[in-house]
Amino acid sequence: MSVSLSGVGLTHANGKVALNEIDLRVKLGERVAIIGPSGAGKTSLLRLLASNLQPSSGQIQLLGQQPWQLSAGKRQQLRARIGLIHQTPPLPPRQRVVTAVLAGKLGQWSLGKSLLNLLHPLDMPGAQAALARLDLADKLFERCDQLSGGQLQRVGIARVLYQAPELILADEPVSAMDPVLAGHTLSVLNEEVSRRGMTLLASLHAVELALAHFPRIIGVREGRIVFDLPPAAISVNALDALYANEQLQAVPASAVPAPVSVQIPRC
Amino acid sequence: MKPAADKRLGNYALLLALLVTVVASFRFLGIDLGALIGGDSLSQMGRYAGNFFSPDFSVPHLRAIGHGALETLAMSAIGTLLAALFGLLLALPAAGRFGWLALSGSRFLLNALRAIPELVWAALVVLAAGLGPNAGTLALALHTTGVLGRLFAEALENTPDEPAEAIRLSGGGHVAAFCYGTLPAIWPQLIAYSLYRWENNIRMASVLGFVGAGGLGQMLYVSLSLFQQAQAATVILAMLILVLGVDAFSGWARQRWVSA
Amino acid sequence: MLNPPLRDPAALPRLALTLLAVLLLWPGLTLSELNLAVLFEQQNAANMGGFLAEFWPPAHDREFLRLLARATLETLAIATAGMALALLIAIPGALLASRALSLSAVHRGGRPAWWAQALRWPVRGLLIVLRSVPEIVWALLFVRAVGLGPTAGVLAIAITYSGMLGKVYAEIFESVDPRPSRALLIAGSPRLAAFAYGVLPNAAAEMLSYTVYRWECAIRASVVMGFVGAGGLGQQIDLSLRMFAGGEVASMLLTFLLLVLLADQLSRLLRARLL
Repeated sequence: MSVSLSGVGLTHANGKVALNEIDLRVKLGERVAIIGPSGAGKTSLLRLLASNLQPSSGQIQLLGQQPWQLSAGKRQQLRARIGLIHQTPPLPPRQRVVTAVLAGKLGQWSLGKSLLNLLHPLDMPGAQAALARLDLADKLFERCDQLSGGQLQRVGIARVLYQAPELILADEPVSAMDPVLAGHTLSVLNEEVSRRGMTLLASLHAVELALAHFPRIIGVREGRIVFDLPPAAISVNALDALYANEQLQAVPASAVPAPVSVQIPRC
Repeated sequence: MKPAADKRLGNYALLLALLVTVVASFRFLGIDLGALIGGDSLSQMGRYAGNFFSPDFSVPHLRAIGHGALETLAMSAIGTLLAALFGLLLALPAAGRFGWLALSGSRFLLNALRAIPELVWAALVVLAAGLGPNAGTLALALHTTGVLGRLFAEALENTPDEPAEAIRLSGGGHVAAFCYGTLPAIWPQLIAYSLYRWENNIRMASVLGFVGAGGLGQMLYVSLSLFQQAQAATVILAMLILVLGVDAFSGWARQRWVSA
Repeated sequence: MLNPPLRDPAALPRLALTLLAVLLLWPGLTLSELNLAVLFEQQNAANMGGFLAEFWPPAHDREFLRLLARATLETLAIATAGMALALLIAIPGALLASRALSLSAVHRGGRPAWWAQALRWPVRGLLIVLRSVPEIVWALLFVRAVGLGPTAGVLAIAITYSGMLGKVYAEIFESVDPRPSRALLIAGSPRLAAFAYGVLPNAAAEMLSYTVYRWECAIRASVVMGFVGAGGLGQQIDLSLRMFAGGEVASMLLTFLLLVLLADQLSRLLRARLL
C-alpha cells in the first residue's frame, strides 16, 4: 500500500475545516487524478500527503510509515522518497535550471556532496536527461527567472523526476501551459511513472485532462470525497454536481519572479 | 483652507527655529567667521595650504606610500570580508531562525557592535592587541559585523521561504535547504551590502592609523606632526586615488553581479 | 541518444574568479597581519577585561556630567554649524555643476554645448575631491591650521558635506521636470529667477529631506572627528580612553548612543513633515 488515509480531518488554525473524514487507499503503482472545484481541498489533501501539514484527526500512512510518529531525521528520510510537484515551483529566480533540478536529490545526498554541487554541478547528464524528457534540455544553464511560467512548471516536474521518488504528488502540475502542451506533459509524466513503477496522485483543474490520462478519478468537494471511480463510470451528472455553483475563476497566474531590489542605506 | 494655512505657519515656525539653532550654534562655539576670513588668519591659512601644493614624489616616499596604500586596502578588504562572514553567522539567529532567545541575544550583540564607531573600536583594540594593521582590521571587522549583520538579517526576513521549504519537503537537511533555497535569493543583496560597506571601510581604514592602527592614516598623522606638508600632500593624494578606485570597482561589481 | 560531453559554461569563469580571489586574499592576509588570536591571549584578554570591568558603573558625578553636557552640546553645535556652512558652499556649487539651468541646452533639446559641459567639469571635480577625502582627514588638517577645538570640526564638516550635498543637489535639479525652467529661460528671465521659480518648487522637498538626513550623519561624524582634536564628545572619549577611565568612556558612549538615536528620530520626524 502506497498511501492510506483513514478518517483524516484537517482544520486550519483559523477554524476553517479544510478536510473532513477522508478515507483513501492508493496501491503501489496506481495513478490517481483528484478533481473538484477550487477551494474543495485538493491542495490541502496533497500537502497532507506530502507531510507538509499535520492532520488534526485520523490516521495517515505513507509508504508504510506514519510520518508524524517518526523522529525528525526519519521523517526527512521518508520525505526523500516522496516528490511534490508545486503549482508554482518555488525556485529562487537567480538559480540556474541545472542546480534547481539537481536539488531534487538533496534528500539523498550527503551534506558535503550537496555543498560541492553548489560550486560545480556534479550530475549534469542526469539533469539533462530529466529535462530532455520535458523538451527543456536546451535550458540547462539558463537562470530560472528567464523561463516562462509553463517552462518553470516543467522544470519543477523534471526536478521530481530526477529525485526519482516512490510516490509523486502533483498539485496542478500543468496549469500554466496551453492545452496541447499540458496534455503532452501529462502523458510524459504518466509514462515515466508507469515505466519506473511509481505511484502518482495529481490534482487537476481541467477535467478533460484528468479523464483522458488517469485510470482512477477522485472527486473532492467541500473537504470530502464525493466519488472515486474509473473515468468510464463518471457520468456528466456527477461532474455537474461536483462543480455546481463554482465561481468562475481566472486561471492561476503563472509564476513571475519578483525582480530583485537592492536598496542601500547611505550614511 | 485652514489646515493648509496652519501647516504653512508651522513651516515658517520650523524655519525660524532652524535659523535660531544655527545662529545659536555659532555663538555657542564662539566661532567668529569674520575673524576667520578677515585679518591675516586667511593669509596664514593660505600659506599653510600652499605647502600642500608641492607634493613629494621622491621614489623612497612613493614606495613607502605604496606599501601604506596596499596595507590600507588589505585592512579594508579583509575587515569587510570577515565582517560579512560573521555578519551572516549572526544574521541567522537575528532573523529568528533559532528561537527568540537566540534572536534577542544576537540582536543585542549586533546593536552593540554597530553602536560603537570604528575609531573607538580601533582605540580599544590597539589597547588590547597592540599597534599595527591587525588592530585596524579587527576594529573594522567588529563594527562592520554589526552593520552587515543587521542588514543581512533584514534581507533574510524579507526572503520568501517557500524554496527552502520545498527542499525540506523533498527530504533535504537544514543546511542544504538554506544553501539551495534561501542563499540564491539573497546573495545579490549580501554582495551589494558588503560592497557598499567596503566603500565606507576604505575611507575608515585610511584614517584608523590616527589612533595607531596602521595604514596610510599613520603616515599622514606622522608627517603632519612633523610639519612635512609636502609628504602629507602625497599621502592625501594616495587616499583620494584609493577611495575613488574602490568606489569605481564597487560600482562596476554591483553592475556586473547584482543588477544583472 | 547522441550525447556530446556536457560542459558547464560557468565553470571556467568560476574557477578563474576563485583563483583570483585566492591570489588576492593571500597577500591581503599577510599585509593586514590578521591575527584573531590576539583578542583571546591571556594577557590581552585580562587587560581588556579589567578595562571593560571599569565600564560599570558609568561615571556620573556632578562635575563630569556638566562636562559631558557641554561636550554633547558642542557636538550638536559642530554638526549644525558645519551643515550651515556646507549649504553656503553646496548650493552655488550645485548650481554651477548642474545642467538644469544651461542656457545653451534650451535650444538644443536639453543637451548643453560641449564647451558648457567642459566648464562644468572643474566644479564637479572640486565637489568630488571635497567629498572623497574623509572628513576626519580634513579635520586633522584644520586642527593643524586653526588649532585644537571645535572650529576645525566645523570647517571639516563644511568642506566634506558641501561636496556631498553639492553632488546630490545637482542630481536633484537635473531630475525634476525641466520644462518650467526652460520656459522661463526662453522667456528671457535670468537664470537665478528661472531656478527660483522653475526648479526650486519641485526640488525643495527632496533637498530638505536629504539635508536633514545628512545632518544626522554629521552628528556621527563630528563625534568621530573629536579623536583628532576637533572638539565635542569625541575629544572627551579620546582623553578618557588615554587615561583608562572606563567609567567615563562608558557614560560617554551611552550619551553618544542616545544622541544618535535622538537625531535619528528627529530626522525621521522632520522628513515626514517636509515630504
